[in-house]
Amino acid sequence: MLQYLAKRLLGLIPTLLLVGILVFMLVHLLPGDPARLAAGPDATPETVALVRKDLGLDLPLPQQFLRFVKGAVTGDFGRSMRTKRPVSSEIASRFAPTFWLTVWAMAWSVTIGMAIGIASAVWRNRWPDRVGMTFAVSGISFPAFALGMVLMQIFAVKLAWLPAVGADSWRHYILPSLTLGAAVAAIMARFTRSSFVDILQEDFIRTARAKGLGEPTVVAKHGLRNALIPVVTMMGLQFGFLLGGSIVVEVVFNWPGMGRLLIDAVDMRDYPVIQALVLLFSLEFILINLVVDVLYGVINPTIRYR
Amino acid sequence: MNDPQVAAAVAVSDRVRTPWSEFWRKFKRQHVALVAGGFVAVLVVLAILAPYIVPFDAENFFDYDTLNSPPSWKHWFGVDPLGRDIFSRLLMGSRISLTAGFVSVAVGAVIGTLLGLIAGYYEGWWDRAIMRLCDVLFAFPGILLAIAIVAILGSGMANVIIAVSIFSIPTFARLVRGNTLALKHLTFIESARSIGATDWTIVLRHIFPGTISAVVVYFSMRIGTSIITAASLSFLGLGAQPPTPEWGAMLNEARSELMTSPHVAIFPAVAIFLTVLAFNLLGDGLRDALDPKIDQK
Repeated sequence: MLQYLAKRLLGLIPTLLLVGILVFMLVHLLPGDPARLAAGPDATPETVALVRKDLGLDLPLPQQFLRFVKGAVTGDFGRSMRTKRPVSSEIASRFAPTFWLTVWAMAWSVTIGMAIGIASAVWRNRWPDRVGMTFAVSGISFPAFALGMVLMQIFAVKLAWLPAVGADSWRHYILPSLTLGAAVAAIMARFTRSSFVDILQEDFIRTARAKGLGEPTVVAKHGLRNALIPVVTMMGLQFGFLLGGSIVVEVVFNWPGMGRLLIDAVDMRDYPVIQALVLLFSLEFILINLVVDVLYGVINPTIRYR
Repeated sequence: MNDPQVAAAVAVSDRVRTPWSEFWRKFKRQHVALVAGGFVAVLVVLAILAPYIVPFDAENFFDYDTLNSPPSWKHWFGVDPLGRDIFSRLLMGSRISLTAGFVSVAVGAVIGTLLGLIAGYYEGWWDRAIMRLCDVLFAFPGILLAIAIVAILGSGMANVIIAVSIFSIPTFARLVRGNTLALKHLTFIESARSIGATDWTIVLRHIFPGTISAVVVYFSMRIGTSIITAASLSFLGLGAQPPTPEWGAMLNEARSELMTSPHVAIFPAVAIFLTVLAFNLLGDGLRDALDPKIDQK
């Protein structure tokens, strides 16, 4: 198990490095001179030269990259062009709301999605299946921003049961996490169903039934564990979808998280902030996938020894 | 194939079973997918004809007497806060959303399929390089990659299409690579090689057709996702800019007036939902018709 973990960790290094290079190149792929951008529109050539030296933009590219990596590892991403505050302190307060939003969305959507998928597979082609799959195909077809607007209109404005914007209490989390998780619940339901349908046709399921086990035991003990293997992989991929989706949902609910900060930064062309956020989002996604991979190894022993 | 029923069925039908007729035989049993396909066809025709059939100019007609009015005989889907006819705007917007969805997936599918064929067929160095590239593209969660690309290129619908295309490449590459790896060791590929077929002939004439059904299914599903992604970017203000009648941009504009005139938001939302739903249902139907495993059940 440890060896497996070490192998997965080492495998991350090239990907991380390439992601780092891409994010680093972001500034250099931009049209225009980053030093000029940072100095402001009415800076004199002397000021621009000073800013260029200050930001290290006069160094050769490889050296600049090393500086960037060193900064990134120590959490130093320079200063925001807009507020002039260090990027790390801009982001610090924004991390937790986004993190918890995605975690809650993931928790409910995986539980509900899998429950619907299992019910649909067990009662295949009967009404629970039809209802479940209608919900699922609608869920993947309704855009999150539209769903957010609808939920907000109904539950926050018309009924006034829940707050519409902000992230102060657990009640603030309900609508955004429902919005964010809906598509994932739908995808998990579809995926769990097809995985379960395949498993329920296996010989060992017939054997389990033949030896007189009750249907709940067959489904829970013999079906679930085997059907879960592809479902867990899917979960890792869906987390990426959630992290990306949180950007849209945060804008709808005016959520004080990293997603809204990113959109503001893109609007303002605040490149240090964009760089840091893109890197952080990707890092979070890569780490979550690592966790999923390890989980996968726990569920499926044959993977570990390859 | 030893099943007597199957053998009888084959003997009875005297028509030649081409892959096309076989596909159509299975596909026409999928009633939901047929309806969805019909809906998509109508939508495409409407989008093509839109400039000739819209009742009002989508961007430059302002009816100041009926600001924010709900649906009526004159304005089928009502009027927005600036006095523009929502039905006309939706019709014109369908051109943008369908083009964005189709073009971006087509570009992503062509590049991704080529990369997947190369990676799967040559393996070794090519495979490692291409799959590493895909890993990196996959490392940016969801819409983030598209946002980063738009941040570099600047906002606008053309850049959104480029961003969504790049976003589609790795999925197609992985899908086709997997199929290629499975196909390349089969006997018919070996026989093609033994009679001296070049690599390109083998890949394009013999392996590529074997991957097509998977690509077609994924293509249809992906159009739905891409329409949502493109609309999301416009909603975030990174894609089509007002007054362009893009559906996501229309929803963003409708946000501030949601309390007083919900119909301004409802119609674009329903338009996106139905369009994406149709592509997803069509994709489901294609999958069931093209997947040989499904028929036995």
